[in-house]
Amino acid sequence: MSQVKSISGRGIPLVGNDIDTDRIIPARFLRCVTFDGLGAQVFADDRPQTQGQHPFDQPYYQGAEILVVNRNFGCGSSREHAPQAIAKWGIKALVGESFAEIFFGNCIAMGIPCVTAKPTDVQRLQEWLAAHPQTAIVLDLEAMHIQFGDSSIPVMMNEGSRNMFLSGTWDACGQLIAQADPIQQIAARLPYVGWSRSVASALSSQI
Amino acid sequence: MSKGTLFDKVWDLHTVSTLPSGQTQLFIGLHLIHEVTSPQAFAMLRERGLNVMFPERTIATVDHIVPTDNQARPFADDLAEEMMQALERNTQDTGITFYGIGSGNQGVVHVIAPEQGLTQPGMTIACGDSHTSTHGAFGAIAVGIGTSQVRDVLASQTLALSKLKVRKIEVNGTLPTGVYAKDVILHIIRTLGVTGGVGYAYEYAGTTFERMSMEERMTICNMSIEGGARCGYINPDEVTFEYLKGRDFAPKEIDWDQAVEWWTSLRSDADAEYDDVVVFDAAEIPPTVTWGITPGQGIAVNQAVPMPNALPENERSIAEEAYRYMDLQPGEPIAGTKVDVCFIGSCTNGRISDLREAAKIAKDRHVAEGVKAFVVPGSERVKQQAEAEGLDKIFQAAGFEWREPGCSMCLAMNPDKLVGRQISASSSNRNFKGRQGSASGRTLLMSPAMVAAAAVTGQVADVRELL
Repeated sequence: MSQVKSISGRGIPLVGNDIDTDRIIPARFLRCVTFDGLGAQVFADDRPQTQGQHPFDQPYYQGAEILVVNRNFGCGSSREHAPQAIAKWGIKALVGESFAEIFFGNCIAMGIPCVTAKPTDVQRLQEWLAAHPQTAIVLDLEAMHIQFGDSSIPVMMNEGSRNMFLSGTWDACGQLIAQADPIQQIAARLPYVGWSRSVASALSSQI
Repeated sequence: MSKGTLFDKVWDLHTVSTLPSGQTQLFIGLHLIHEVTSPQAFAMLRERGLNVMFPERTIATVDHIVPTDNQARPFADDLAEEMMQALERNTQDTGITFYGIGSGNQGVVHVIAPEQGLTQPGMTIACGDSHTSTHGAFGAIAVGIGTSQVRDVLASQTLALSKLKVRKIEVNGTLPTGVYAKDVILHIIRTLGVTGGVGYAYEYAGTTFERMSMEERMTICNMSIEGGARCGYINPDEVTFEYLKGRDFAPKEIDWDQAVEWWTSLRSDADAEYDDVVVFDAAEIPPTVTWGITPGQGIAVNQAVPMPNALPENERSIAEEAYRYMDLQPGEPIAGTKVDVCFIGSCTNGRISDLREAAKIAKDRHVAEGVKAFVVPGSERVKQQAEAEGLDKIFQAAGFEWREPGCSMCLAMNPDKLVGRQISASSSNRNFKGRQGSASGRTLLMSPAMVAAAAVTGQVADVRELL
C-alpha cells in the first residue's frame, strides 16, 4: 500500500457550511452495485441550481485535486458513495474547517487525507484559489501545512490517521485480519457470543 | 478522558489490539447489512480473495430500495432489482442470514434487529448506515460505517476506530402533554448544534429517559448522528430487560439470568467520569419542528422562524441559505405553514408506538384536501401488529395510504418521492436539501403525532390542540 506524504495539485474551493452527503451524491444515484459511475454525478442537484456557477462546473477548476471546504463537510448519511464520487471526479485530498466523523473515516479508509485548518485560514485559501485556479498548491502531511503562492497555513489531523498516511497503512483491512487469533480469543470471552450460539442451536433443533 | 462509563467498559471488553496508527482494533458483536452499502464491500472481498470470518454474526435485510406499494419481483426499477439480487447472492454465497420481503422479519434494519432481540446491551454493533446509533438505546456501542469498513467487518469482525469522548446528556422530569421523544432529541440537537457531538459518544441519562419505553429510547439514540455524535446510548435497566425477555434471539433460561447480571454490571458507575455534562429540564421542551435545511434548525411549534440577528453569527449563513431554499420568511410563525405530503415512518419513528400515537390523532378525522398522507410501518412485524390492532383501518378511514415496510420517503431511494417544490411534514430524521427525492423538495421534521396533526389540518399544527 502506498505512503501518502504530500499531495500537490490545483485546488478547488467549495464555500458553504453543513454540506451533507445527500448533496454530495443524491440518494437516487446510490442505486448501483459498484462505485464506478459516481464521478459524473457528484453534486448532481446542487450544480444545476447554481445556474452554471458551481465550482465543479467551472472550466478552470477541471483537473483540480485538492478540495477546500468549510464547516461540517460530509454530515449526514454514512454513504461511502459521497467520498467515492468526489474521488472519482479527481479529488485526492480535502482541506476544511471541520468534517463529519463518518465521512472523515470513509476518506481515511479510501486513502484520501482530510485535514482541518482555522476558519480564517480556510477562507484565505479559498479566496486565493478563486484568484489562482491554475496554480498548484502543496499539502504536506509531514510538515502539516499547505503552501500556496508565497503563503503557508498550518493544518491539523489526528495523529493516528496521519500516521496511517505517512506509513502507508491507511487500508486497515490487512492489519485487522492478521490478528485472527486475538480476534477469536475476544469472541470466546464475550458472553453474548456463547448465548447466541445456544439460541441458534435451539432454533435449528426446532426446525 | 472518560472513566467508568458503559462506553469505557464495552470498549475495553471488545478491544482486540492497538494498531500501529494508535487506533483501536475493536471486535464487532453484531454486524447488520443492507442492499445499498454492502454490494461493493462483497466485491472488495472477492477482489482480495477474503472470506467472511464470522458469517453468523452478520444479519442482512433489504429496506432502502424496496417499493412500498407493489413489491412483486422483479421490481419495476431495474437498478433496485439488481441490488436486491446482489444481496440475495452475496448472503447465500457467504452463509449470512437474509431476511427478505415476505419472510415475516423484513423491515428497516434498525427496526428489525431490536424487535428480534438481536440488539442487546453490551454489544458493539456496526452497520453501513449512519442511523446505527439507534441500537445504543439498549446500552450497546453502535456506530455507522462506510463500505470499506463493511468490508473490514465482514473480513475480520473488527474495525479500526479511534476512541470517542463521552458527553452525558441529562434530561430530568416529566415531559409535558403532546411532547414526545422526537421533540426531546430535536430540542437537544437544536441546543447543542449539528456539530456539537463530533468526537463524542452521547450518554443519555436522567429520569426522563429512565421513564421512556425502549421504542422512545430508540428514537432518541437514532438521531444522535444528526447532532454530530456517531453513537449515543442509554444504560440498560429493567425496561431494557423487560423488552428483551422472550424475543427470538434473547438469551434463554440460565443464560438469561447471567445476561441480566452481566448487562447490569456494564452500566456507567455512579462515580463515572465524563468529558462533558449537559443538563436539560423536560418541562421546558416544547413540541418541536424544523424550519430549515439542517436538523439543528428547529423551533417550538408555536414560535416564529428565527430572525438572523437572533442567531449566533456562525449560524447566519446557513440560515440565509435555509430561508431561500425553504421559502420561509424570518419572523413568520411556523404553525400554519401549508404542507403537501405527510410521511409517517422511518427508523426514527416507524415503530408500533409511533403508529399508535399518530392513529390517536387521525382517528375520526380526515386528511385535509390536497394533502397526500401515507404510513410506512418500520417492519413486517410492526405492520402485522398494527393491523391486529386495527390501526391500518383508522389510518385508511382518515384518508392515509397504508403501505408495505421500508425506508421509503425518509431518503426516497424507492418510488416514494416529493415532486418539485412540495413541502412535507415528515417523521423521519433529515431535512437536507433534496433529501426526500426532489432536488427542490422541502422537509419539516416533527413527531409522528405532529405529522398526523399536519395531515388532518393541511398545515403545521400544534398537536396539543388536537389531543
